[in-house]
Amino acid sequence: MRVEFTVNGEPRSADVEPRTLLVHFLREQCGLRAANIGCDTTSCGACTVLLDGESVKSCTVLVAQAAGQEVTTAEGLAPPGELHPVQRAFRAEHGLQCGFCTPGMVMASVSLLAENPHPTEQQVREGLEGNLCRCTGYHNIVRAVLTAAASDPAEVTA
Amino acid sequence: MEEARHLMSILGTRVLRTEDPRFLTTGGVYTEDVTDELLTGACHVFFVRSPVAHAQIGRIDTSAALGAPGVLAVYTGADLAGLPAIDVMMPGLLNERMRRRLLATGKVRFVGDPVAVVVTEHLYQGEDAVELVDVDYDPLPAVVDLDDALHGEVILFDEAGTNVVAEFGNEASLKPDLFDGCEAVVTATIINQRVAPAPMEARAAAAAWGEDGRLTAWIPNQGAQGTREDLAKLLGVEEAQVRVITPDVGGAFGAKFGADPEHAVVAWVARQLGRPARWTESRFENLIAMTHGRGQRHTITIGGSRDGDVQAYRLQIVQDGGAYPKIGAVLPFLTILMAVGPYQIPKAEAIGVSVVTNTTPVGAYRGAGRPEATAALERAFDLFAAEIGMDPAEVRRRNLLPPFTEPHQTAFGALYDSGDYAAALDKALDSAGYAELRAEQARRRASGDPHQLGIGVSCYVEITGGGDGGPPKENATVEVHPDGTATILTGTSPHGQGHSTAWAMIASEELGIPVENFTVRWGDTDLIPEGGGTGGSRSLQQGGAAVQQASRELIDVARERAAAALEASADDLRFNTDRAAFEVAGDPEASVRLADLAKEERLFVHTIFTAPGATFPFGTHVAVAEVDTQTGKATLRRVITVDDAGIVLNPLLAEGQRHGGIAQGAAQAFLEEVVYDADGNPLTASFADYPIVSATELPSFELASMETPTSYNPLGVKGIGEAGTIGATPAVQSAIVDAVGHLGVRHIDMPATPMRIWRAMQAANDGLEGA
Repeated sequence: MRVEFTVNGEPRSADVEPRTLLVHFLREQCGLRAANIGCDTTSCGACTVLLDGESVKSCTVLVAQAAGQEVTTAEGLAPPGELHPVQRAFRAEHGLQCGFCTPGMVMASVSLLAENPHPTEQQVREGLEGNLCRCTGYHNIVRAVLTAAASDPAEVTA
Repeated sequence: MEEARHLMSILGTRVLRTEDPRFLTTGGVYTEDVTDELLTGACHVFFVRSPVAHAQIGRIDTSAALGAPGVLAVYTGADLAGLPAIDVMMPGLLNERMRRRLLATGKVRFVGDPVAVVVTEHLYQGEDAVELVDVDYDPLPAVVDLDDALHGEVILFDEAGTNVVAEFGNEASLKPDLFDGCEAVVTATIINQRVAPAPMEARAAAAAWGEDGRLTAWIPNQGAQGTREDLAKLLGVEEAQVRVITPDVGGAFGAKFGADPEHAVVAWVARQLGRPARWTESRFENLIAMTHGRGQRHTITIGGSRDGDVQAYRLQIVQDGGAYPKIGAVLPFLTILMAVGPYQIPKAEAIGVSVVTNTTPVGAYRGAGRPEATAALERAFDLFAAEIGMDPAEVRRRNLLPPFTEPHQTAFGALYDSGDYAAALDKALDSAGYAELRAEQARRRASGDPHQLGIGVSCYVEITGGGDGGPPKENATVEVHPDGTATILTGTSPHGQGHSTAWAMIASEELGIPVENFTVRWGDTDLIPEGGGTGGSRSLQQGGAAVQQASRELIDVARERAAAALEASADDLRFNTDRAAFEVAGDPEASVRLADLAKEERLFVHTIFTAPGATFPFGTHVAVAEVDTQTGKATLRRVITVDDAGIVLNPLLAEGQRHGGIAQGAAQAFLEEVVYDADGNPLTASFADYPIVSATELPSFELASMETPTSYNPLGVKGIGEAGTIGATPAVQSAIVDAVGHLGVRHIDMPATPMRIWRAMQAANDGLEGA
């Protein structure tokens, strides 16, 4: 089937098998490998990307479901060589270690802040419940999101 | 002569990680992401795994699978018969008759045991084809329970005639009079349950054989050199024929040390088919076939005086090694080594036995044997404190070793390098506001608040950087390039720890080259043939120390060359780190930069740092938990820790290590457990079933700092990677037990789930009513 949508601002048109998952399409057809596959049960969130600005687990979205929409991955959050404020906050607060969950965690955080620009710590924790990290104990991830929230809100949700 | 140093040392500062921008944008390049010419046209390997825990393998019919779309080949154990059987590690210590094959032949011994592989053209074709391999299993009774394993009615390895893998002392050696003279003696049998390391990146491999007959294998691991050694052994080839490359590694926690049978099978398939092969396991496979951690049962007995002096302690360990002996079978050795922890206990005994069971093999998991030692000991101290009615923190304080700077030898042979355990305890209690917490607890108890408060205290000392016999060592190469940049080659193998940043900081301090101008490389056995990898919290104290030593030796080499270049005496030269240049004393115009020296001739040093021995970090963790007495649900409110791992190189990185460990430790205390039913079926084989800790179950952590240097390396550093799981696990468990302690509960096994807490409360209540 033919699907047309936008990935990181670039229009895409693709012939795909109907069962093709978005994460596989992004990784194998688009060469965008920031999003990772960490489980088989939509539990870990390593594959999180934005679909029209809202976070989705791309292992559980068919490419077909993305038709006509805008997909944003970690690669497309900021211009090459630059960091989005949320990415910057993750670095400043040491919110990543091995990096495997990181692109998904960042995308989930961007979505969370778009919905709630000034979350409490508890709201951040609840908002990220669907994204697992085995390295950081979440401590610095939570700090990173709160730090990003404290920066210019217009910049964060951009 | 005196060198001109930076006004401010970079050591001890919060340098942001140089590796982050890549991880945050394009993402890391993990094994599945690797693109390489050698891997062009790679086929895909899928494992057919046993669905039963213990069975004789009958006929294997591969015909349907072979006819499925895209299937290139199907191989079974019979096809690999020419490969050597896998010997146990540490023969002599472990039962040598418990050998394994790369693919099971004769018998399967756990759910997940690989019996065949299906090789397909495309990724999507494999999972369907795996289902078509028809294997007849003739089921045998499964051994899951430790006592069943010990009794040996059913034996996993007929050729061994026993399920016992290893013994560490024996019951006959126990002294019947150990507790004579003690006014109070308490004993309990407790579980240190099996947990899943569950790194976010599961296992994977990519393998290609060159025309020169050499294998190149990309494997997520904790040390390419050890992985190469394992892989060569498993394949029956020379190490020189194998090159292991370590891509970015998405977490490991002890479970990615060396090569597993699956890695070797992928390499074998690539050779057999004459084309590169790749494999990435699913999370289901990861949870049933990657090694698990812990898995000990402890019988603890503690005795002492009613005024709080602990006089005798006995620890008896039964270790679940899983189906095939791996590092797990050796863990009691480390648990026994650390059995008395930070305490001065006049009489102590510890023995252990490891058995095989029809479950996933047990390996190393963050702490590997030491969290078990601390958990057993700290539970014993709590039970003793409850028995004599004394505050558990006070009982600990009375029995801690006094501060020492000269090495202290324990009854179990550990040589503690330096420590001030009481200072750590006091600092943690102060930071927690211990007295106020106890007052709040008393208020809630008095008012019958349905949300009861519990406080857990855990003191620990652990062993890091122990090596595997002989003095621990690591190598490093530092090279300065003509353009002013520099490269560090290290035998360590970071997978989240931030060695790129940390090693650059150490060299930058010596060489005056900015951190961002360093490239740190590891994990390619052709480039770095020797190395101990990263595990056992060894990296900074040995790998980092090697980088410092190499940098200093490089300055020595450069000084001689600079003297020649400047026609000056080497003694008259001072190295100015602000300019990365040698200057002639009294004549600042006459100078030469390291980069200039590198233009004439390559400027590099390869060196090996050797430590006198392992180091022993220590600390105290305090946990505060609430238990809803109406439901049994525990909520972790606070974790306050003092973790003294010597001098801190980069607080940002050290804190990150502590946070991660605390989370995993807390998770073991009240959430995570690998569960099997009586037939050996895994009940926690997905992230929907295995309750891996998420952000919602944890509070932010409160870290207090304390730095007692070690003399075992010039950096003064000890290991920090595993402190969290060692200290936090018993602290959190203890806090939960303490929350319902006034109801008569003395112990709740981990994980302290609502059901377990509820049952403990009911049992205590029944006991009180029955009394």
